Amino acid sequence: MYRIVAREDLAPVTKLLVIEAPEVACKAQPGQFVIVIVEEHGERIPLTIADYDRRAGTVTLIFQEVGKTTRLLGTKRAGDELFAFTGPLGLPTEIENYGTVLCIGGGVGIAPIFPIARALKEAGNRVISIIGARTKDLLFWEDRMRSVSDELVVTTDDGSYGRKALVTVPEKEILESGEPVERIWAIGPAIMMKFVSLTSRPFEVKTIVSLNSIMVDGTGMCGACRVEVGGKTRFVCVDGPEFDGHEVNWDLLMERQRIYLDEEKRALARFEEMCPSCRGEQH
Amino acid sequence: MPKERIPRQEMPRQAPEERRRNFKEVALGYTLEQALTEAQRCLQCKKPQCVEGCPVQVRIPEFIGALRNKEFRRAADLLKDKNNLPAICGRVCPQETQCEARCVLARKEEPVAIGRLERFVADWERQNGVQVPPKAPPSGKRVAVIGAGPAGLTCAGDLARCGHGVTIFEALHAPGGVLMYGIPEFRLPKDVVEAEVEYVRSLGVELRLNWVIGKIKSVHELLEEGFDAVFLGTGAGLPMFMGIPGENLSGVYSANEFLTRNNLMKAYLFPEYDTPIKVGRKVAVVGAGNVAMDASRTALRLGAEEVHIVYRRSRAEVPARKEEFENAEEEGIIVHFLTNPVEVLGNEKGWVRALRCQRQELGEPDASGRRRPVPVPGSEFDMEVDMVIMALGTRPNPMVFTQSAGLERTRHGMVVADENTGRTKLERVWAGGDIVTGAATVISAMGAGKRAAADIDAYLRGERNQVWWVEPEAAAAS
Ligand SMILES: Cc1cc2nc3c(=O)[nH]c(=O)nc-3n(C[C@H](O)[C@H](O)[C@H](O)COP(=O)(O)OP(=O)(O)OC[C@H]3O[C@@H](n4cnc5c(N)ncnc54)[C@H](O)[C@@H]3O)c2cc1C
Ligand code: FES
Repeated sequence: MYRIVAREDLAPVTKLLVIEAPEVACKAQPGQFVIVIVEEHGERIPLTIADYDRRAGTVTLIFQEVGKTTRLLGTKRAGDELFAFTGPLGLPTEIENYGTVLCIGGGVGIAPIFPIARALKEAGNRVISIIGARTKDLLFWEDRMRSVSDELVVTTDDGSYGRKALVTVPEKEILESGEPVERIWAIGPAIMMKFVSLTSRPFEVKTIVSLNSIMVDGTGMCGACRVEVGGKTRFVCVDGPEFDGHEVNWDLLMERQRIYLDEEKRALARFEEMCPSCRGEQH
Repeated sequence: MPKERIPRQEMPRQAPEERRRNFKEVALGYTLEQALTEAQRCLQCKKPQCVEGCPVQVRIPEFIGALRNKEFRRAADLLKDKNNLPAICGRVCPQETQCEARCVLARKEEPVAIGRLERFVADWERQNGVQVPPKAPPSGKRVAVIGAGPAGLTCAGDLARCGHGVTIFEALHAPGGVLMYGIPEFRLPKDVVEAEVEYVRSLGVELRLNWVIGKIKSVHELLEEGFDAVFLGTGAGLPMFMGIPGENLSGVYSANEFLTRNNLMKAYLFPEYDTPIKVGRKVAVVGAGNVAMDASRTALRLGAEEVHIVYRRSRAEVPARKEEFENAEEEGIIVHFLTNPVEVLGNEKGWVRALRCQRQELGEPDASGRRRPVPVPGSEFDMEVDMVIMALGTRPNPMVFTQSAGLERTRHGMVVADENTGRTKLERVWAGGDIVTGAATVISAMGAGKRAAADIDAYLRGERNQVWWVEPEAAAAS
C-alpha cells in the first residue's frame, strides 16, 4: 500500500496528492509517469509525475476529476492509501542546454510541464513558458511556473484571467518575434498538442509532446497505448510518452482515446448513484 | 495376473451449450471413484518412460501408486517433491506431447490420464490443507528473483527451501505472470493460482509487487545493493503485430490486451470492476495457439455472436493444446484454415468493419519442418467482423535489460543462458523460462526455474563457482 501524505485542492476539480514511494521518488525524472490503482477492484491509470522529492521519498501527482477513477481518487485524503503505484515508467525528457526553449502547459498539463521547465532552466536554457486553461478556475501553479521561467504568459479561453486566447496565439507570436526558439515542449489535451504542433511546423521548430493514450499495464505488454508516429506503430508507455509532435497521427490518437467512452459514462453514472455525497461536493 | 482392460476415464466437463456463456471452469475434475479407477490403469513400470517425458521428472508411477492406495497426502508429497505448482500443471500442461506421449499403454490404447490424476491429487491437497515442507537452516545469502511467473515462482520456492533469503520483484500488481493475466478463469481458476502463490510465500519468500526492474532498479543495482544472485524470469510478454494496414484501428486488440483486461483486471465483471472491455458481434482471432484459443473462447463468453479463428496453416499444424482446440470447436468457434489476413478495414469512425484475408496453400517444408503456407494469388476476400484480436506470439520485454551491460541477447531478444544451469553471460545472474526460450510452456518455464535454483544453491554454497561460463561446445566436448 502507498500512503498519501498530503493533499491540496488546486481548483474545484484539480487535485494534488503527495504519495509516499521512496524508491520511485529516487529514480523519477521529468517526463515520466506512474500507473495507479486507486482501490482493489480499480483500473490501472497512468498519471504523469508532477514533482518528486528524493529526500522526503515522495512523488506528487496532479489530476483532473473527469471519470469514475479520477473522481474516486479525488475523495482520498492524507493518511489514505492507494492500492497500487508503479513507476517511474516511460522514457525521461531529454534535458540539455538547447538555448531558448518554449514550454507550453494546457489545463492539467501544467503539472507535468513544470518539472520539465525546471530541469531545462537548471540546464541553463532560457525558458519561455505559456500556461493556459479554459477558465481561471482550472489554472494552478502560476507562481511555480514563474519561478522556473524567464518569461511566462498566462491565457484563458474565456478571458476570465490573463490573456483571452488559446495557447497557440502567444506561441505563434513568440515564434514570429524572432526569438531563437530551439525546441518546444507541449503537454495538455490531445487537441491542444495537435494545434501547438501545427502552429510550430512552418517555423520548423522541433516540438515535443507527451501523449496521453489509453493504457493498461504501462510496461509494453499489451499494446493498448499504441500510436502512429512517423508512420510507424509505437507504444506510448515504453517508446514515449514524449514524441515529435510533427510526426504524430493525431486523428488516430483521438479516435483511440474514445474507445471506452460509453463504458466511462456508465461507470461514472454508477459512481454518482452510489456516492451521492461525492456528487454534491463537486459542483 | 492378467488385467481386465479399463478404459481411460473421461473428464467431466460443463456441457458446451452451458459453458460457452460462463467463465466457470470447463473441466470439472475427476471424482474420487474416477481417480481411483484411472490410477488402476497405471502399469507401475520399473523404468518409467513417462518420467522421461516430463520436463521436471515428476515421480509419476510413485504418486499414482500412492493414490491407488488412497494415501492422498503421500501422493501429494511425492508430486510436490519435483513440482511446486501441480494444480496448475495438471490443468495446462500439454500432456499429450510429454508424459502421456511416452506412457507404455499409449502403444496399444489410450495412455494413463496423468495430467488429470495430477490435478486430482493437487486439488485434494488444496482442500485438505497444504503442508509446508521442512526448510534448510538460513544460509545468510540473498537472491533476487525478477518476475512472478511459473519460472520465478518455482526458482524462488526451491531457493527458499534451501535456506536462502528470497525476494521476488514483480512488475504487475498481482503475482502469477501469464497464469494470472493470460490464461482465463474457465481454464485455470485464479484461486488455484493464488493458492499456489500462497504456498511459495509460506516458504518464506518475500513478494514485492509493482516493481518494474529496469526502471525502479537495474539488475546491476540489485547486485550492488546486497543480493548475492539474481534470477531473471520475466517471460516473453511483448505482443507482436502483423504490420499490416489498419492494425491500429479501434477494435483491434492484441491477445495480451484482451486477455489482460479480462483476466487480470476482471473486465468481465465490469462495472463491479472498473476496467472496461469491448466485445464485437463478430470477432476474428488471428492465430491458432493456446493464446488464440483463450482469446476466442473469452470473446464468446463475453457475448460475441460469432467467433472466427483465422490461421494460415492447416489443422495438422495447430499448435494449441489438443484438448483446448477441441473445446473451442465444440463451443462453436469457427476455424478458417489456410487463411491469412492482409489488411484490417475500418469505417468512418475508425472502427474495424472487416478483415481482408487471402487463401493459402501448403508448399515446401520450412525451417520448422512444417509445410510453408503460400498465398494463392487473387484469392482475397473480406470477412465482415467488428473486432480483430491478434494472437501471433510474443517476445521478451526488453525493459528488464535497461542498464544491464554484460547480459547477452539473441537477435530475437531472448537472453543467452546455459540450458542446464540457467547461467547468463553476466556473473551472478541466471535466467529461465520464456525469457530464454521465447513463448513456450508453463512446465518448461518451471523446469528452467528448478535447474537454475539448483545451480544458484550450489554456487552460493561455494560448491560450483570455479568457471562462470563455459561455451556449450566446449562443455559438450569435455
Ligand atoms: C494466453 C496464454 C495461454 C497459455 N496457455 C498455456 C497452456 O495451456 N499450457 C502451457 O504449458 N503454457 C501455456 N502458455 C505459455 C505459458 O504461460 C508460458 O510459457 C509461461 O507462463 C512462461 O513462464 P515465465 O515464468 O517464463 O514467464 P511469465 O509467465 O510471462 O511471467 C513473467 C513475469 O515477469 C514479470 N515481469 C516482466 N518484466 C518485468 C520486469 N522488468 N520487472 C519485474 N517483473 C517483470 C511479468 O509481469 C510476469 O508476471 C500460455 C501463454 C499465454 C499467453
Ligand atoms: S500500456 Fe500496455 S503496452 Fe503500453
